[in-house]
Amino acid sequence: MMLLIQIHSLQFHYYEFVKPIEDILRANHISFISKHYKHLSEIDITNAKKIIIGGTSLKDNTFLNDLSYFQWIPSYKGNILGICGGMHLLGLIYNESLEKKQEIGLHKIILETILFGEKDEIEVYELHNYCLKPSTFSILAHSKKCPQIIKHPKKPHYGVLFHPEVRNKQLIASFLKGIEE
Amino acid sequence: MKAGVLFSGGKDSVYAAYLAKKNGIDIACLITLHSENKESYMFHTPSILKVKKQAESMEIPLIIQETKGEKEKELIDLHKAIKHAIQKYKIEAIITGAIESAYQASRVQKICDKENIDCFNPLWQKNQMQLLHDLIEQHFEIIVTGVFCYPLDQSWLGKKINQDFIRNVTKLHDQYKINVSGEGGEFESFVLNCPLFKKPLQVIDKTITGQKNSWSMEIDVS
Repeated sequence: MMLLIQIHSLQFHYYEFVKPIEDILRANHISFISKHYKHLSEIDITNAKKIIIGGTSLKDNTFLNDLSYFQWIPSYKGNILGICGGMHLLGLIYNESLEKKQEIGLHKIILETILFGEKDEIEVYELHNYCLKPSTFSILAHSKKCPQIIKHPKKPHYGVLFHPEVRNKQLIASFLKGIEE
Repeated sequence: MKAGVLFSGGKDSVYAAYLAKKNGIDIACLITLHSENKESYMFHTPSILKVKKQAESMEIPLIIQETKGEKEKELIDLHKAIKHAIQKYKIEAIITGAIESAYQASRVQKICDKENIDCFNPLWQKNQMQLLHDLIEQHFEIIVTGVFCYPLDQSWLGKKINQDFIRNVTKLHDQYKINVSGEGGEFESFVLNCPLFKKPLQVIDKTITGQKNSWSMEIDVS
Protein backbone atom coordinates (compact mmCIF):
# COMPACT_ATOMS: atom_id res chain seq x y z
CA MET A 1 0.00 0.00 0.00
CA MET A 2 1.22 3.45 -0.92
CA LEU A 3 0.50 6.48 1.28
CA LEU A 4 -0.22 9.94 -0.13
CA ILE A 5 -0.04 12.64 2.53
CA GLN A 6 -2.03 15.84 2.01
CA ILE A 7 -0.75 19.11 3.48
CA HIS A 8 -3.29 21.75 2.36
CA SER A 9 -5.15 23.73 5.02
CA LEU A 10 -8.17 24.55 2.86
CA GLN A 11 -10.10 21.57 1.51
CA PHE A 12 -10.74 23.28 -1.84
CA HIS A 13 -7.02 22.95 -2.66
CA TYR A 14 -7.52 19.16 -2.81
CA TYR A 15 -8.54 19.37 -6.49
CA GLU A 16 -5.34 21.12 -7.57
CA PHE A 17 -2.66 19.55 -5.40
CA VAL A 18 -3.91 16.09 -4.40
CA LYS A 19 -6.34 14.81 -7.02
CA PRO A 20 -3.84 15.02 -9.92
CA ILE A 21 -1.45 12.78 -7.94
CA GLU A 22 -4.27 10.39 -7.03
CA ASP A 23 -5.16 10.20 -10.74
CA ILE A 24 -1.56 9.21 -11.58
CA LEU A 25 -1.63 6.50 -8.87
CA ARG A 26 -4.91 5.12 -10.25
CA ALA A 27 -3.56 5.21 -13.82
CA ASN A 28 -0.60 3.13 -12.61
CA HIS A 29 -2.89 0.65 -10.79
CA ILE A 30 -1.36 1.49 -7.41
CA SER A 31 -3.38 0.78 -4.26
CA PHE A 32 -3.10 3.80 -2.03
CA ILE A 33 -4.58 5.70 0.83
CA SER A 34 -4.70 9.46 0.69
CA LYS A 35 -4.88 11.28 4.02
CA HIS A 36 -4.27 14.68 5.53
CA TYR A 37 -1.27 14.75 7.89
CA LYS A 38 -3.49 15.62 10.83
CA HIS A 39 -5.44 12.39 10.37
CA LEU A 40 -2.51 9.96 9.99
CA SER A 41 -2.21 7.01 12.35
CA GLU A 42 0.94 5.09 13.22
CA ILE A 43 -0.47 2.09 11.33
CA ASP A 44 -0.88 4.20 8.16
CA ILE A 45 2.85 4.93 8.24
CA THR A 46 3.93 1.42 9.26
CA ASN A 47 1.88 -0.15 6.44
CA ALA A 48 3.08 2.27 3.76
CA LYS A 49 5.49 0.76 1.22
CA LYS A 50 6.28 4.22 -0.15
CA ILE A 51 5.14 7.69 0.79
CA ILE A 52 4.45 10.80 -1.26
CA ILE A 53 3.97 14.12 0.56
CA GLY A 54 2.16 16.52 -1.77
CA GLY A 55 2.21 20.29 -2.01
CA THR A 56 -0.24 23.13 -1.65
CA SER A 57 -0.81 26.72 -2.81
CA LEU A 58 1.67 29.62 -2.66
CA LYS A 59 -0.21 31.27 0.17
CA ASP A 60 -0.93 28.12 2.16
CA ASN A 61 1.98 27.67 4.59
CA THR A 62 0.11 26.41 7.66
CA PHE A 63 1.91 23.06 7.44
CA LEU A 64 5.23 24.76 8.23
CA ASN A 65 3.93 25.41 11.75
CA ASP A 66 3.00 21.75 12.18
CA LEU A 67 6.39 20.03 11.96
CA SER A 68 5.53 18.03 15.08
CA TYR A 69 3.18 15.91 12.94
CA PHE A 70 6.15 14.78 10.82
CA GLN A 71 8.64 13.63 13.45
CA TRP A 72 8.20 10.03 12.20
CA ILE A 73 10.09 10.85 8.98
CA PRO A 74 13.71 10.18 10.14
CA SER A 75 12.80 6.71 11.40
CA TYR A 76 10.80 5.72 8.29
CA LYS A 77 12.98 3.32 6.29
CA GLY A 78 10.97 3.25 3.04
CA ASN A 79 11.03 5.66 0.09
CA ILE A 80 9.64 9.15 0.55
CA LEU A 81 9.01 11.67 -2.22
CA GLY A 82 8.24 15.17 -0.94
CA ILE A 83 6.76 17.43 -3.61
CA CYS A 84 7.18 21.23 -3.25
CA GLY A 85 5.71 21.89 0.23
CA GLY A 86 6.44 18.21 0.91
CA MET A 87 10.09 18.85 0.01
CA HIS A 88 10.17 21.87 2.33
CA LEU A 89 8.86 19.69 5.16
CA LEU A 90 11.34 16.93 4.46
CA GLY A 91 14.27 19.34 4.60
CA LEU A 92 13.07 21.13 7.73
CA ILE A 93 12.64 17.82 9.57
CA TYR A 94 16.33 17.14 8.84
CA ASN A 95 17.27 20.65 10.05
CA GLU A 96 17.84 22.17 6.61
CA SER A 97 16.70 25.76 6.03
CA LEU A 98 14.42 27.59 3.58
CA GLU A 99 15.09 30.80 1.67
CA LYS A 100 12.61 32.99 -0.19
CA LYS A 101 13.03 32.40 -3.93
CA GLN A 102 10.05 32.39 -6.22
CA GLU A 103 9.62 30.37 -9.41
CA ILE A 104 6.21 30.18 -11.11
CA GLY A 105 5.41 28.54 -14.45
CA LEU A 106 7.40 26.41 -16.88
CA HIS A 107 11.17 26.38 -16.31
CA LYS A 108 14.12 24.32 -17.51
CA ILE A 109 16.05 22.37 -14.89
CA ILE A 110 19.35 20.49 -15.16
CA LEU A 111 19.62 16.91 -13.90
CA GLU A 112 23.01 15.93 -12.46
CA THR A 113 22.33 12.25 -13.09
CA ILE A 114 19.77 9.94 -14.67
CA LEU A 115 16.93 10.03 -12.21
CA PHE A 116 13.47 8.52 -12.21
CA GLY A 117 13.93 7.84 -15.91
CA GLU A 118 14.83 11.48 -16.68
CA LYS A 119 18.19 12.89 -17.79
CA ASP A 120 19.94 16.10 -18.90
CA GLU A 121 17.59 19.08 -19.14
CA ILE A 122 13.84 18.87 -18.63
CA GLU A 123 10.96 21.34 -18.53
CA VAL A 124 8.99 21.40 -15.32
CA TYR A 125 6.09 23.34 -13.79
CA GLU A 126 7.06 25.38 -10.74
CA LEU A 127 4.86 27.00 -8.10
CA HIS A 128 6.81 28.01 -5.02
CA ASN A 129 7.89 31.03 -2.97
CA TYR A 130 10.65 29.23 -1.05
CA CYS A 131 13.44 26.83 -1.86
CA LEU A 132 15.54 24.63 0.36
CA LYS A 133 19.21 25.39 1.10
CA PRO A 134 20.55 21.87 1.60
CA SER A 135 23.67 21.31 3.68
CA THR A 136 23.55 17.53 4.08
CA PHE A 137 21.16 16.48 1.27
CA SER A 138 22.65 15.80 -2.18
CA ILE A 139 21.44 18.02 -5.01
CA LEU A 140 20.43 15.84 -7.96
CA ALA A 141 18.88 18.58 -10.10
CA HIS A 142 18.81 22.36 -10.07
CA SER A 143 17.33 25.37 -11.85
CA LYS A 144 19.02 28.78 -12.15
CA LYS A 145 17.63 29.75 -8.74
CA CYS A 146 17.06 26.62 -6.65
CA PRO A 147 17.92 22.99 -5.95
CA GLN A 148 15.11 21.08 -7.68
CA ILE A 149 15.65 17.46 -6.64
CA ILE A 150 17.45 16.47 -3.45
CA LYS A 151 18.21 13.18 -1.70
CA HIS A 152 19.04 12.37 1.88
CA PRO A 153 22.70 11.14 2.16
CA LYS A 154 21.73 7.76 3.65
CA LYS A 155 18.00 7.19 3.24
CA PRO A 156 15.78 6.92 0.13
CA HIS A 157 14.11 10.20 1.04
CA TYR A 158 13.77 12.53 -1.95
CA GLY A 159 12.50 16.07 -2.33
CA VAL A 160 11.26 17.57 -5.61
CA LEU A 161 10.65 21.31 -5.70
CA PHE A 162 8.65 21.43 -8.95
CA HIS A 163 5.25 19.78 -9.49
CA PRO A 164 5.85 16.53 -11.42
CA GLU A 165 2.11 15.85 -11.51
CA VAL A 166 1.80 18.62 -14.12
CA ARG A 167 4.40 18.03 -16.85
CA ASN A 168 6.51 15.11 -15.51
CA LYS A 169 3.99 12.45 -14.55
CA GLN A 170 6.48 9.75 -15.53
CA LEU A 171 8.70 10.86 -12.63
CA ILE A 172 5.99 9.86 -10.19
CA ALA A 173 5.38 6.62 -12.10
CA SER A 174 9.12 5.82 -11.85
CA PHE A 175 9.09 6.52 -8.10
CA LEU A 176 6.21 4.06 -7.77
CA LYS A 177 8.00 1.21 -9.55
CA GLY A 178 8.16 -1.97 -7.53
CA ILE A 179 4.96 -1.46 -5.59
CA GLU A 180 2.40 -2.35 -8.25
CA GLU A 181 -0.20 -4.61 -6.69
CA MET B 1 -13.70 32.52 2.43
CA LYS B 2 -14.77 35.12 -0.17
CA ALA B 3 -13.53 34.53 -3.70
CA GLY B 4 -13.86 35.96 -7.19
CA VAL B 5 -14.21 33.64 -10.17
CA LEU B 6 -12.45 34.45 -13.45
CA PHE B 7 -15.52 33.93 -15.55
CA SER B 8 -15.92 33.52 -19.30
CA GLY B 9 -19.38 31.94 -19.26
CA GLY B 10 -17.95 28.77 -20.80
CA LYS B 11 -18.13 25.32 -19.26
CA ASP B 12 -14.77 25.38 -17.42
CA SER B 13 -15.18 28.62 -15.49
CA VAL B 14 -18.83 27.87 -14.65
CA TYR B 15 -17.91 24.37 -13.45
CA ALA B 16 -15.06 25.83 -11.35
CA ALA B 17 -17.60 28.20 -9.76
CA TYR B 18 -19.95 25.27 -9.14
CA LEU B 19 -17.19 23.28 -7.39
CA ALA B 20 -16.27 26.32 -5.31
CA LYS B 21 -19.81 26.75 -4.05
CA LYS B 22 -20.10 23.01 -3.39
CA ASN B 23 -16.93 23.25 -1.27
CA GLY B 24 -18.23 26.09 0.87
CA ILE B 25 -16.52 29.01 -0.88
CA ASP B 26 -18.50 32.28 -0.89
CA ILE B 27 -18.46 33.51 -4.50
CA ALA B 28 -18.45 37.26 -3.92
CA CYS B 29 -18.14 38.24 -7.58
CA LEU B 30 -17.50 37.05 -11.11
CA ILE B 31 -14.73 38.73 -13.12
CA THR B 32 -14.93 38.84 -16.90
CA LEU B 33 -12.31 40.23 -19.25
CA HIS B 34 -13.88 41.45 -22.48
CA SER B 35 -11.16 41.25 -25.08
CA GLU B 36 -11.22 43.13 -28.37
CA ASN B 37 -8.77 40.55 -29.69
CA LYS B 38 -10.41 37.29 -30.69
CA GLU B 39 -6.98 35.63 -30.72
CA SER B 40 -6.38 36.49 -27.04
CA TYR B 41 -3.89 34.19 -25.28
CA MET B 42 -5.72 34.53 -21.99
CA PHE B 43 -9.40 35.09 -22.51
CA HIS B 44 -12.31 33.33 -24.16
CA THR B 45 -14.11 35.84 -26.42
CA PRO B 46 -17.37 34.62 -28.08
CA SER B 47 -20.65 35.58 -26.41
CA ILE B 48 -18.78 37.15 -23.52
CA LEU B 49 -21.29 39.94 -22.88
CA LYS B 50 -23.95 37.29 -22.27
CA VAL B 51 -22.22 36.52 -19.01
CA LYS B 52 -24.31 39.39 -17.61
CA LYS B 53 -27.38 37.19 -18.00
CA GLN B 54 -25.56 34.27 -16.37
CA ALA B 55 -24.49 36.45 -13.46
CA GLU B 56 -28.09 37.66 -13.02
CA SER B 57 -29.31 34.08 -12.98
CA MET B 58 -26.66 33.20 -10.38
CA GLU B 59 -27.43 36.37 -8.42
CA ILE B 60 -23.71 37.15 -8.16
CA PRO B 61 -22.21 40.59 -8.93
CA LEU B 62 -20.19 40.81 -12.15
CA ILE B 63 -17.10 42.89 -12.89
CA ILE B 64 -16.46 43.41 -16.60
CA GLN B 65 -13.01 44.71 -17.52
CA GLU B 66 -12.36 45.82 -21.09
CA THR B 67 -9.00 44.83 -22.61
CA LYS B 68 -7.41 45.20 -26.01
CA GLY B 69 -6.23 41.62 -25.61
CA GLU B 70 -2.61 42.25 -26.53
CA LYS B 71 -0.23 39.58 -25.23
CA GLU B 72 1.11 40.40 -21.75
CA LYS B 73 -0.62 43.86 -21.76
CA GLU B 74 -3.94 42.10 -21.14
CA LEU B 75 -2.44 40.91 -17.86
CA ILE B 76 -2.35 44.52 -16.66
CA ASP B 77 -6.11 44.70 -17.28
CA LEU B 78 -6.62 41.38 -15.48
CA HIS B 79 -4.60 42.67 -12.55
CA LYS B 80 -6.71 45.86 -12.51
CA ALA B 81 -9.92 43.79 -12.42
CA ILE B 82 -8.64 41.61 -9.57
CA LYS B 83 -7.60 44.69 -7.57
CA HIS B 84 -11.07 46.13 -8.11
CA ALA B 85 -12.63 42.86 -6.84
CA ILE B 86 -10.39 42.93 -3.75
CA GLN B 87 -11.35 46.51 -2.95
CA LYS B 88 -15.06 46.25 -3.69
CA TYR B 89 -15.89 42.69 -2.61
CA LYS B 90 -13.07 41.96 -0.15
CA ILE B 91 -12.16 38.74 -1.94
CA GLU B 92 -9.37 36.62 -0.44
CA ALA B 93 -8.94 34.29 -3.42
CA ILE B 94 -9.32 33.91 -7.17
CA ILE B 95 -10.80 30.79 -8.77
CA THR B 96 -10.03 29.82 -12.36
CA GLY B 97 -11.16 27.07 -14.73
CA ALA B 98 -7.60 26.38 -15.95
CA ILE B 99 -7.04 22.72 -16.84
CA GLU B 100 -3.74 22.39 -18.70
CA SER B 101 -2.53 25.85 -19.66
CA ALA B 102 0.59 26.64 -17.65
CA TYR B 103 0.66 29.98 -19.49
CA GLN B 104 -2.72 31.07 -18.12
CA ALA B 105 -2.38 29.46 -14.70
CA SER B 106 1.07 30.86 -13.92
CA ARG B 107 0.09 34.40 -14.87
CA VAL B 108 -2.95 34.35 -12.61
CA GLN B 109 -0.84 32.80 -9.83
CA LYS B 110 1.67 35.67 -10.08
CA ILE B 111 -1.04 38.33 -9.86
CA CYS B 112 -2.64 36.61 -6.84
CA ASP B 113 0.76 36.37 -5.17
CA LYS B 114 1.39 40.09 -5.73
CA GLU B 115 -1.98 40.88 -4.18
CA ASN B 116 -1.38 38.40 -1.35
CA ILE B 117 -4.54 36.41 -2.07
CA ASP B 118 -4.98 32.68 -2.63
CA CYS B 119 -5.58 31.04 -6.01
CA PHE B 120 -7.69 27.94 -6.68
CA ASN B 121 -7.63 25.90 -9.89
CA PRO B 122 -10.10 23.08 -9.16
CA LEU B 123 -9.96 21.62 -12.70
CA TRP B 124 -6.15 21.57 -12.84
CA GLN B 125 -4.89 18.45 -14.68
CA LYS B 126 -8.39 16.98 -14.75
CA ASN B 127 -9.00 14.24 -17.30
CA GLN B 128 -10.92 16.09 -19.98
CA MET B 129 -13.20 13.24 -20.95
CA GLN B 130 -14.09 12.86 -17.28
CA LEU B 131 -14.83 16.60 -17.17
CA LEU B 132 -17.40 16.27 -19.98
CA HIS B 133 -19.05 13.31 -18.22
CA ASP B 134 -19.13 15.22 -14.91
CA LEU B 135 -20.77 18.22 -16.58
CA ILE B 136 -23.52 16.04 -18.03
CA GLU B 137 -23.99 14.19 -14.74
CA GLN B 138 -24.31 17.50 -12.86
CA HIS B 139 -27.01 18.68 -15.32
CA PHE B 140 -25.03 21.40 -17.04
CA GLU B 141 -26.72 22.56 -20.26
CA ILE B 142 -23.95 23.77 -22.54
CA ILE B 143 -23.84 24.75 -26.20
CA VAL B 144 -20.94 25.24 -28.60
CA THR B 145 -20.54 28.93 -29.53
CA GLY B 146 -17.32 28.80 -31.53
CA VAL B 147 -15.17 26.34 -33.48
CA PHE B 148 -11.63 27.09 -34.50
CA CYS B 149 -9.95 24.09 -36.09
CA TYR B 150 -10.23 21.46 -38.80
CA PRO B 151 -12.45 19.46 -39.21
CA LEU B 152 -14.90 21.36 -36.99
CA ASP B 153 -17.25 23.51 -39.06
CA GLN B 154 -20.41 25.61 -38.88
CA SER B 155 -22.56 22.54 -38.23
CA TRP B 156 -21.10 22.26 -34.71
CA LEU B 157 -22.37 25.68 -33.62
CA GLY B 158 -25.28 25.41 -31.17
CA LYS B 159 -24.68 21.70 -30.50
CA LYS B 160 -25.33 20.65 -26.93
CA ILE B 161 -22.66 18.90 -24.91
CA ASN B 162 -24.31 15.54 -24.32
CA GLN B 163 -23.49 11.87 -24.87
CA ASP B 164 -23.82 12.28 -28.67
CA PHE B 165 -21.37 15.18 -28.54
CA ILE B 166 -18.91 13.08 -26.54
CA ARG B 167 -19.17 10.24 -29.07
CA ASN B 168 -18.56 12.59 -32.01
CA VAL B 169 -15.73 14.55 -30.44
CA THR B 170 -14.07 11.30 -29.33
CA LYS B 171 -13.99 10.15 -32.97
CA LEU B 172 -12.33 13.44 -33.91
CA HIS B 173 -9.87 13.04 -31.06
CA ASP B 174 -8.92 9.57 -32.30
CA GLN B 175 -8.56 10.74 -35.90
CA TYR B 176 -7.29 14.33 -35.60
CA LYS B 177 -6.05 14.54 -31.96
CA ILE B 178 -8.63 17.23 -31.16
CA ASN B 179 -8.80 17.90 -27.46
CA VAL B 180 -12.19 16.56 -26.36
CA SER B 181 -12.99 19.46 -24.07
CA GLY B 182 -11.61 22.19 -26.33
CA GLU B 183 -8.82 23.12 -23.90
CA GLY B 184 -6.51 23.77 -26.84
CA GLY B 185 -8.93 26.40 -28.20
CA GLU B 186 -10.55 23.95 -30.65
CA PHE B 187 -14.03 25.07 -29.60
CA GLU B 188 -15.69 27.37 -27.12
CA SER B 189 -18.86 26.89 -25.15
CA PHE B 190 -21.58 28.77 -23.29
CA VAL B 191 -23.53 27.51 -20.28
CA LEU B 192 -27.31 27.97 -20.54
CA ASN B 193 -28.17 26.23 -17.29
CA CYS B 194 -26.51 24.53 -14.31
CA PRO B 195 -27.20 24.00 -10.60
CA LEU B 196 -25.91 27.53 -9.84
CA PHE B 197 -28.58 29.20 -11.99
CA LYS B 198 -31.89 30.28 -10.47
CA LYS B 199 -33.47 30.03 -13.92
CA PRO B 200 -32.25 28.55 -17.22
CA LEU B 201 -31.27 30.85 -20.09
CA GLN B 202 -32.76 30.52 -23.54
CA VAL B 203 -31.24 31.51 -26.85
CA ILE B 204 -33.53 34.11 -28.43
CA ASP B 205 -31.32 35.25 -31.29
CA LYS B 206 -28.06 34.28 -32.93
CA THR B 207 -25.64 35.68 -35.49
CA ILE B 208 -23.20 33.34 -37.15
CA THR B 209 -19.98 34.53 -38.76
CA GLY B 210 -16.91 32.76 -40.04
CA GLN B 211 -15.41 30.69 -42.78
CA LYS B 212 -13.91 27.26 -43.40
CA ASN B 213 -12.98 25.89 -39.95
CA SER B 214 -13.33 29.05 -37.90
CA TRP B 215 -16.88 29.96 -36.91
CA SER B 216 -18.45 31.99 -34.09
CA MET B 217 -22.05 32.22 -32.96
CA GLU B 218 -22.97 35.40 -31.11
CA ILE B 219 -26.12 34.73 -29.15
CA ASP B 220 -28.70 36.78 -27.35
CA VAL B 221 -30.20 35.08 -24.32
CA SER B 222 -33.06 35.75 -21.94
